[in-house]
Amino acid sequence: MELAIGIILGCCALGAGMAMIAGIGPGIGEGHAVAKACEAIGRQPECKGSVTTTMLMGCAVAETTGLYALVIAILLIFLAPGRFVNILVNTMSTLG
Amino acid sequence: MKKKSGLFRLVDVLLLLMTVLPIVCGMVIKVLTKPAAEGIEISGAGIFFTIKLPLQDLPITESQVNSWLVIVSVFFLCLYLTHGLATVPNLRRQHLVEWGIEKVENMVNENMGEYFHNFVPFVAAIMVLSAFSSLLTLVGLYPPTSDLNVVAGWAVLVFFLITYYKFKCGPAYYLKSFAEPVAFLAPINIISEFATPVSMAFRHYGNVLSGTVISVLVASGLQGISAMVFGNLSGIIGEVPFFQIGIPAVLSIYFDIFSGCLQAFIFAMLTMLYVSSAFPSDEYEERRRKKLNRQKAAS
Repeated sequence: MELAIGIILGCCALGAGMAMIAGIGPGIGEGHAVAKACEAIGRQPECKGSVTTTMLMGCAVAETTGLYALVIAILLIFLAPGRFVNILVNTMSTLG
Repeated sequence: MKKKSGLFRLVDVLLLLMTVLPIVCGMVIKVLTKPAAEGIEISGAGIFFTIKLPLQDLPITESQVNSWLVIVSVFFLCLYLTHGLATVPNLRRQHLVEWGIEKVENMVNENMGEYFHNFVPFVAAIMVLSAFSSLLTLVGLYPPTSDLNVVAGWAVLVFFLITYYKFKCGPAYYLKSFAEPVAFLAPINIISEFATPVSMAFRHYGNVLSGTVISVLVASGLQGISAMVFGNLSGIIGEVPFFQIGIPAVLSIYFDIFSGCLQAFIFAMLTMLYVSSAFPSDEYEERRRKKLNRQKAAS
């Protein structure tokens, strides 16, 4: 029983860590966006305001996939272990 | 500049007090209901009490209470800022208010067009509410925006607005818009329709919550480091977590102030973009022109 619970907790933590690999994507994407925005401002300093606004918008949208991963990781850490352990305990008690 | 009368000053002080009072109330409630946490603790919104209802119990959570406190506080702040308006502004706060309103009006007109001019109060309200809710972390209260339910409520509101403006040209045009470039892409279009509120809610809540989680983790990590470095010293010096002084404040500037305000801005911006892009302006204009022509021909 302790072994099973330990496996559940460990696998939830591992899964949360692996889910956050998705953080790579938004990082690269936002880096590209900011680099291009810097280039654009360097070329045309007068439209700095609108470029910055558009860049922030794009960054926010690009961030979404990373935040999905974050939500899954948070669910895996805070919610999933208790629920899985409950399921385990219930099945053990019904099996006898 | 005219001298302010005594009554004017009294009302000013009262309004400012009413602005601060809800926040103080929230702090008192927190101190009374929550025991001080030992070490690292990351928890969701606490439930104060539950109202029994026939279909579903209604729990009154920390996020509900805090968002009502923010609403009351913002309400009295607005009353304070607009107190003593004059045609020729003679108060500093009137300049501030006019500057802010002009900014929002410009933003709405730029992003949504003239047709949506009456959206200015809605966008400003969403922005101020979201920003103040996120800034509640500065006084140590639970920010309502780090609860998915609060932000999902706003996102559903925006979703209804989007659908309302899509219906402006009649249900047939609305249904046809799902079969846009090709008919067999309709399922994907329907999914993306529902992905809009989901992604808006997750974006806002994820950003605020991740800031809280990272701040707590860094603070507890710094406590561990200072225990490791200074722990062997005797007396009171060994017990003070020196590394916890100042370093988490830098993170707080980014996660609480910058990120909170940025998310408010982005939520309002996305609301404007989605609503204005949902409105089929060309088709609407054409139909209205045809209708006017028909009325002219009939009369």
